[in-house]
Amino acid sequence: MRNNGVLSRIAYWFRHMTFWKSVFLVLVVAGLYSTYVRFVYGLGAATNLSDKFPWGIWIGFDVLCGVGLAAGGFVVAGAVYVFHLDYYKPIARPAVLTAFLGYVLVVFALMYDLGRPWNIWHPLVMWNPHSPMFELAWCVMLYTTVLAFEFSPMVFERFHMHKAAEVVHKMIVPLVILGIMLSSLHQSSLGSLYLVMPEKVYPLWYTGNLPFLFFVSAVAVGPAMVIMESFFSSRAFHREIEMPILSKLGKVTAVALSVYLVLRVEDMINYHLFSYLFTFNTEGMLFWAEILIGVIIPITMLVIPKIRNNKRGLYYSALFAVIGFVLNRMNVSVTSLERHYGVAYFPSWMEVSVTLMVVALGFGAFAWAAKNLAVFPEAVAAKEPVRPESYEVVLIEDDAQLKGAPSFGMQAK
Amino acid sequence: MKKQVGILVDTTQCIGCMACEDACADRWGFPHTDVHELSCEKNTVVQQYGQTYVPKLCMHCEEPTCASVCPVGAIQKTAAGPVVYDVNKCMGCRYCVQACPFQIPKYQWNKPAPKVTKCDMCYPRQLEGKQPACVEACPAQARIFGYRDDLIDEAKKRIKNNPGTYNEHVFGTTEVGGTSTIYLAGVDFGKLGFPTNLPKRALPKYTWDIMEKIPDYFVWGSTLMAGFWWLTNRKKKVAEYEKELQSGNIPPAEIEDKDQTSGGNDAE
Repeated sequence: MRNNGVLSRIAYWFRHMTFWKSVFLVLVVAGLYSTYVRFVYGLGAATNLSDKFPWGIWIGFDVLCGVGLAAGGFVVAGAVYVFHLDYYKPIARPAVLTAFLGYVLVVFALMYDLGRPWNIWHPLVMWNPHSPMFELAWCVMLYTTVLAFEFSPMVFERFHMHKAAEVVHKMIVPLVILGIMLSSLHQSSLGSLYLVMPEKVYPLWYTGNLPFLFFVSAVAVGPAMVIMESFFSSRAFHREIEMPILSKLGKVTAVALSVYLVLRVEDMINYHLFSYLFTFNTEGMLFWAEILIGVIIPITMLVIPKIRNNKRGLYYSALFAVIGFVLNRMNVSVTSLERHYGVAYFPSWMEVSVTLMVVALGFGAFAWAAKNLAVFPEAVAAKEPVRPESYEVVLIEDDAQLKGAPSFGMQAK
Repeated sequence: MKKQVGILVDTTQCIGCMACEDACADRWGFPHTDVHELSCEKNTVVQQYGQTYVPKLCMHCEEPTCASVCPVGAIQKTAAGPVVYDVNKCMGCRYCVQACPFQIPKYQWNKPAPKVTKCDMCYPRQLEGKQPACVEACPAQARIFGYRDDLIDEAKKRIKNNPGTYNEHVFGTTEVGGTSTIYLAGVDFGKLGFPTNLPKRALPKYTWDIMEKIPDYFVWGSTLMAGFWWLTNRKKKVAEYEKELQSGNIPPAEIEDKDQTSGGNDAE
């Protein structure tokens, strides 16, 4: 019966094709082809990587951006459980869900980039505490576990395992504190990766502040991602947007970005970057693009209450912050090294297709979880195991009737 | 401490016969080719810059960047000096390829189970009491194998005894904390394809400045976070209690009782 239900739902999914579903399918099929080429013929056949440019977008975007964009999880969880800012509680679950999915996908994408992915567990037993990559491996592994715990109540509650959910709830404060520590460590370590290359990284991006910059910008962009994702899910699931909460979250982004801006100005002075700033070469232009789009514009928009409290205004300021963040990570990982290596790296279509597949899987997984697990507060209420005698559980074929509620709904007899 | 070995390359002596390239290829089982670029099939090459032939190979740094960045310790600096790679540990992150200041480690991009390739100063041959294959093959004594300290003395002697022939600097004595492969040249090293913007400080130290703080940060940071939790938790409880008081849910008598009992307990 249950199996039959799953099959019929899959059949239903394919019968009712929509525009976004077909986009999803195309991206997954293209990604699977690239997967085949990558693992059968090697990295060289699928990517534009070479000895002269060993790290491409699978590191620059999938890992550096993926981890950073998932920072909303520890920021919001910390605010709610450590700082008792109960105000943010309604968005804690979607934020943790995004973070968990984000980290799972980062590890998934890393399997493509590693030359010998079957050895991915080696840092567990082969230690080198001098390497930021070693520290990253441990923190990402531990933090993904922490996120799995933080996420688990959404599954437990869905399946009415209230004892288990309660056990996790009792551990939540130490878990969240551990999550904050691990996040601050590995978010900054992503920046530390580049500290060892002072002679290679273009001066505009090389600074002893790299780890701090990476951490602060993650704190800024995490909430921005939560804002964007609330907008997406409000559209997809016809929910009300929690505007007062989100605009307050926008303030967090503005404050973090301001700290970030101060650090970057400090670098410009300490490292005498003014001549580079006003050299309008590729690096100079991309640097300004990153600072304007990702820092100046979002701060300006977010400090104006009229824009911050307006749905579209808030959405676009978050969008700018995210685009600027991605630009920054791509600049550090790609732009800043091209001049030294004397090559122009541009990803192959297969690299892009794998990255797009990962993003598509992320969207798909979030949509599925939001529909089927106890993610949003009202959904939590709807999934309480209240089954009065006069009700029976029936399988409802047409999801649309329910508008985002689980397919196993309740109907009066 | 055991004395470390090294290779002195005297570029003024190299005649460009490529015997070292062939000897190296034989040692690793690589094909003989006419491509003089380091690759996953070439661990040493001879490149021509103007009138000068420049043999290139791993510098075997005193504090190797590649070894410091490897998350699993697949690259190690041996006590004897050579920097060696163990494929069985490697997970293929290519941080070594990215980080090496001399761009020495290369990658087998077109294999499904790729390895990093680099010169290991023929460490297995050294263990058998032999010299590195390239040194043995060199007919012009452009590569000399020996203890690093002795090689530096020899290099300085050559500079002193042949005034005007050599650049005063022995490349590898100061760069990135020193290297086990050192070079003599008649011209500026920048003209021979050597990086000239390298700091004297060993590169791993730039990362260690931050990495060494992690254990302390973890302890202090989590304590601080726990403190914040305690503070805000108490603040919340006090606020709740005050609200109750104001709403009059707790009768004043009960509060007095509470105070008296606790006072009484103290007295006992």
